Amino acid sequence: MGALATKILAKDVLAAARLMRLLDDDHPQGMAELRELYPYTGRAYIIGITGSPGTGKSTLTSALIREFRARNREVGVIAIDPTSPFSGGAILGDRIRMQEHEGDHGVFIRSVATRGNLGGLSPSTRKIVEVMDAMGKEIILIETVGVGQDEVDIVGTAHTSLVVLVPGMGDEIQAIKAGILEIADIFVINKADREGVERTERELRMLLELGGGKGNAGFRPPIIRTVAVENKGISELMDAIEAHRNWLIEKGKWREQTERFRERAFWEVMGRKADEGIRKILATPPWDQLYRQVQTGVLSPYDLAERLKEALFTHIPLPNP
Amino acid sequence: MGVTLNASPIRILVAKPGLDGHDRGAKVVARALRDAGFEVIYTGLHQTAEAIVNAAIQEDVDAIGISILSGAHMTYFPRILQLLKEKGAEDVVVFGGGIIPEEDRKALEAMGVKKIFTPGTSTEEIVSWVREHIVPKTAR
Repeated sequence: MGALATKILAKDVLAAARLMRLLDDDHPQGMAELRELYPYTGRAYIIGITGSPGTGKSTLTSALIREFRARNREVGVIAIDPTSPFSGGAILGDRIRMQEHEGDHGVFIRSVATRGNLGGLSPSTRKIVEVMDAMGKEIILIETVGVGQDEVDIVGTAHTSLVVLVPGMGDEIQAIKAGILEIADIFVINKADREGVERTERELRMLLELGGGKGNAGFRPPIIRTVAVENKGISELMDAIEAHRNWLIEKGKWREQTERFRERAFWEVMGRKADEGIRKILATPPWDQLYRQVQTGVLSPYDLAERLKEALFTHIPLPNP
Repeated sequence: MGVTLNASPIRILVAKPGLDGHDRGAKVVARALRDAGFEVIYTGLHQTAEAIVNAAIQEDVDAIGISILSGAHMTYFPRILQLLKEKGAEDVVVFGGGIIPEEDRKALEAMGVKKIFTPGTSTEEIVSWVREHIVPKTAR
């Protein structure tokens, strides 16, 4: 077994952190080690926490960590922040709100930048979840920025998705793109001591009744009010999370989701391998000349695509034994 | 997207240990590092040495940049170096700045702190230095 994989199964923090870095940077050793760890994954309960900046997601996440730790669960946290499209850099500051857990060896917090990925997650998120899972983290919280209809990738990675709002979003709720509303299994109105909380809740309920929302046949997303900095509403939120989890298990949805996660993991990796493979072909004669002809306009891109497709996919190959 | 993304950006933890009351300088440096294309983990004020090293390890950073204005540098820098060594993370480069007199600067650099910046160092200089002296672990 790989050097890192062995250590990670023994819960070595340094090794786990290093593997996460290799995966984040798309280093070949990363995938090799992850393949060895994969059989040891699949136990964790994954919870997504999405919302606009300023809704208090990190403070809320910290409160949830506290609750799970009180129940003796080991917790992994992935805190995702956007990479600057101008510089390629990022400020990853979510740890600031989770400081009470810094000395707790049952909590592993990793800050990750989106690195150009749209959808709210980094390309490495799912793989980092797998490392935390293999390490024995039974609960994995993924905190991600979500503002519009496109930041919905969390659905394909988390069992339960929380969408966090704050009061005063009144008219803005109407303007919130459908996507974010549709991903929520649970809505959280944080900073609920602020003015406008009743109106915000009412607007949200109206929207949900009008048919916005996940359409979880049988599970109506509850709306929970919290004041995370004062630890208010957190036990109600925990109850809602548990209720959703039980519902998933009872209705067989947990199994369906797990199947979906595995499929998505396959397609994410395969997409990149296909890309690499095709580029390699296009760099090789005679394809490189044909590719050049596309660039100069002599050959249409559609014609080349069709020819390459025929060359690659006419015969179905057999897998190596 | 306006820039070709680096597959392996430098990761730096910017840390404020101890009693320092404000972090405007640290935030200015953090933003400059972000604008230079690095990933900056910032953990806020009043950090213990243990919390800083703990975060550095979980985040697998290439370097820790420590800012100390309160005069406690001869306590925190050595302690952080020591903890990194104890935990097997000696490959993390330690640098920093703040209100640190010349003799102490020399002493710290002799102990293993890679660089101490004096007050008034421009962010351009800091960014240049990082680019020149810090290699991402995945590229080592």
